[in-house]
Amino acid sequence: MSIRGRSAIVGAFEHPLRDIPHLTLPQVHREVAAGALADAGLAFSDVDAYFCAGDAPGFGALSMAEYLGLKPRIIDSTETGGSSYLFHVGHAAALIAAGKCSVALITLAGKPRTGGAAPGGSGGFGGSPEAGFENPWGITVPNAYALAARRHMYEFGTTSAQLAEIKVAASLHAQHNPHAYLRDVVTVQEVLDSPMVADPLHRLDCCVITDGGGAVVVANPEIARSLGGGRRAAWVLGHGETMKSTNNGRIDLTHTGALWSGAAAFAEAGVTPADIRYASIYDSFTITVLQTIEDLGFCAKGEGGRFVSDGGLVAPFGRLPFNTDGGGLCNNHPGNRGGMTKIIEAVRQVRGEAHPAVQVPDCSLALAHGTGGNLGTRTGAATLILGQEVA
Amino acid sequence: MSNLPVPAPSVNSETKPFWDGTAEGRLVLPHCDRCAFVIWYPRSFCPECGSSEVTWKDVSGLGTIYSFSITRKGQGEYRNATPYVLAYVQLDEGPRVLTNVVEEDPDALEVGQRVRVVFHDTGQGTALYRFARA
Ligand SMILES: [Zn+2]
Repeated sequence: MSIRGRSAIVGAFEHPLRDIPHLTLPQVHREVAAGALADAGLAFSDVDAYFCAGDAPGFGALSMAEYLGLKPRIIDSTETGGSSYLFHVGHAAALIAAGKCSVALITLAGKPRTGGAAPGGSGGFGGSPEAGFENPWGITVPNAYALAARRHMYEFGTTSAQLAEIKVAASLHAQHNPHAYLRDVVTVQEVLDSPMVADPLHRLDCCVITDGGGAVVVANPEIARSLGGGRRAAWVLGHGETMKSTNNGRIDLTHTGALWSGAAAFAEAGVTPADIRYASIYDSFTITVLQTIEDLGFCAKGEGGRFVSDGGLVAPFGRLPFNTDGGGLCNNHPGNRGGMTKIIEAVRQVRGEAHPAVQVPDCSLALAHGTGGNLGTRTGAATLILGQEVA
Repeated sequence: MSNLPVPAPSVNSETKPFWDGTAEGRLVLPHCDRCAFVIWYPRSFCPECGSSEVTWKDVSGLGTIYSFSITRKGQGEYRNATPYVLAYVQLDEGPRVLTNVVEEDPDALEVGQRVRVVFHDTGQGTALYRFARA
């Protein structure tokens, strides 16, 4: 059984703020839930499935569904870091296709700036079986991603200037987003001149740290077509998810789980990378984007540096317009988790509701990809393919 | 000498044979009795073939740098230890191990360089395995 065309994202909402000192974490979940339901034209009472991840306080979906006043038939607290919400959409689509639910609400909220949480987090989880073999060596998020960047440079000749092109493209997009945390256009040289955080990654190779949140609503075809004649539905055409482990001591730092999740999503949707008009690519760091583009098949392994150069990612006319909201590199990375905003901007593109300066003409097919965890150790990966039509 | 902190790792009954080895200056890894896989990270079974029969044996402590990062911004107890080198070292026996490379001149490091294990005593019955250029 395929989930192709058997559900659609009908509501999407990104919290407009990047500093939210005046709200609690549950309140931000409530605000983004209300925003996404209003965008869909649905009410809290229509929701019969609820999904949240590790950013939600308390006992996962049990705490949050109760707080929100929901009475869901289905709850799911799948936690794969920043990629969780793309997993959730895939799970919601499968459950809707199986008739287990009809309207699924997925929420994210985080307050790393004003909530007291450590910005960027650190290494492994205390108590996990790998913790004793990873935590004592001063692993941070940036220096572990830097291990992946260094190895990719060693094997394929990728350069810091090529990685910088990714940040430059994101900044060109962010200048049009009034809510973006960083709106200034930057140059390759400015990226290279920014302080080294973890060689070879500079400060401007890293995503922003923001308070914020977002939510999406996934519904069955009958409901999707009934809302505004279905004109704002982003149909879920394909989904793939996987995990990439350290492989019993044989970690390969030059590829990501997108290699498998992407292939599964393309197969389910019955399309190829050449068909994709817009891509939301997880951008915790510039190297995350570069490796993911290769693994999704937009170019050959090792060719990512050339692919992203010369405006390759710049909307609306680059080889692969990406992250037109400014992405995690410039716009928003709420709660250190970029997956939800990847979905939301892909929905905007499919609807034709992105900023006019970066809207891809006739964006019939869009892709969103999430990477959670750490490229230097283990990651969750999920790919979604969204379309204007089921066709 | 290194200015790196030496935090004590978390040790449990499953990983104790490994950490007991470090206190004696030995790198002792579980080897699968059935498929001969050299198991990393250390476990009481073989995640490759599923066997529950493993034997803890010394490895050479020699390897090559698979990747590394010169960290300029540390966190927690590493905050004041910068610059320091986080690395994966591939042991000659196979496993790629997350570790530090202890090096006075980190800019001289390169992927592929040969390294040898060194041990830094945590003062709590264990030692951290780190590597220095061979
Ligand atoms: Zn075995």
